[in-house]
Amino acid sequence: MSHVVTDTTTDNLGRYWELKPHHHPEGASTSLGFWVYLMSDCLMFAVLFAVYGVLGTSFAAGPGPKDLFDLGLVAVNTGMLLLSSITFGFAMLAMFAGRQGATLRWLGVTLVFGLCFLGIELYEFQHMIHLGAGPQRSGFLSAFFTLVGTHGLHVTFGSIWLITLMVQIARRGLGPENQRRMICLSMFWHFLDVIWIGVFTFVYLLGMI
Amino acid sequence: MSAEHAHTAHHQDHGHDHGSHAAYIKGFLLSVILTAIPFGLVMAGGFESRSLTAVTVMGFAVAQILVHMVYFLHMNGKQEEGWTMLSTIFTIVVVVILLAGSLWVMYHMNTNMMPQMDHELMQGFGS
Repeated sequence: MSHVVTDTTTDNLGRYWELKPHHHPEGASTSLGFWVYLMSDCLMFAVLFAVYGVLGTSFAAGPGPKDLFDLGLVAVNTGMLLLSSITFGFAMLAMFAGRQGATLRWLGVTLVFGLCFLGIELYEFQHMIHLGAGPQRSGFLSAFFTLVGTHGLHVTFGSIWLITLMVQIARRGLGPENQRRMICLSMFWHFLDVIWIGVFTFVYLLGMI
Repeated sequence: MSAEHAHTAHHQDHGHDHGSHAAYIKGFLLSVILTAIPFGLVMAGGFESRSLTAVTVMGFAVAQILVHMVYFLHMNGKQEEGWTMLSTIFTIVVVVILLAGSLWVMYHMNTNMMPQMDHELMQGFGS
C-alpha cells in the first residue's frame, strides 16, 4: 500500500521535476552553456555602453560625433553584418539538410561579408586617427574606440573561428561534433549582430541627432 | 510545463527550432525595414523635437533586437526547458539596472559636482 502511495507521489513530483537519474548525451548542455557565456559577454558590452553613455559628451574641445561619423558608411556596414547573418542562417539550414558543399559555400559567403564589415570598420578607424581623432584625443573617443573596437574584435575572432570550422567541416564532414560547433558559432554570430544594433543606435544614430 | 512536454522537448534536440528559409527571409526583411527607417529618419534631420527622434530610434532598435532573437536566434520559452529564456531575462534585468543606474548617477554627479563643466557641456551639445 505504502509502495503505491510513494509511487503516485513521485509521479506527481515528476510532473514538475525530473527525479530519475538519466543519461545526458555528450554535448547536450553545450548550447545552454554557450548561451550563458554570450549573456556574460552581453554584460561586458553593457558596461562598455554605460561608459560610452557617461563619457559620450566629454569632447575635451575636440571633435564630436557630427564631425566624425559618416552615417552612409555605417548603413553599408550594418547591411554587411545583416547579410552575413542571413547567409549564416542559410548555412545552418544547409547543414541540417546534410548538404556539406552548400554549407561550406554559405559559410564562405558569410566570411566575405564579415571581412567586408571589418574592412569598412578599420577604414573608419584609420580615417578618424588620421584626422587626429584617435582614442587618446578625448573621453568620448576613448569610449568610442573601446566599445566599437571590442565589437570589431569579436567579429575578428568570429571570422577566425569561421575559417577553422570550414576547414574542419571540409575534412571531417557534418558529424555531430561539427554540428554542435556550428550551432555555437551561429549563436555567436547572430549575437554580435544584436550588439551591433545597440552600437549603431546608441553611438551613431543618437550621436548624429 | 507538463511532463509530456518536457519529455518530448528533452529528446527532440532540446526543443531546438532550426527555422526555415521563409522564416530567415522574413526576419531579414523585417530587420532591413527596422534599420532603414531610423537611418532615414536621422539622415533626413529627424523630428522637430530631438528627444522624440531619440525615443523613436531606440524603439526601432528594441523591435529589431526582438526580431533577431525570434527569427535568427530562434528563442522561445521552451528552449532548454526554459533555462535559455530565464538566463536571458536575468541578463536583461542586470543590463537595465547597470545602464540606467550608471547614467542616472553620473548625470547627477556632473550636475551637482562640477558646475563649471555645465557651460562647456552645453556648448558641446550645441555644436
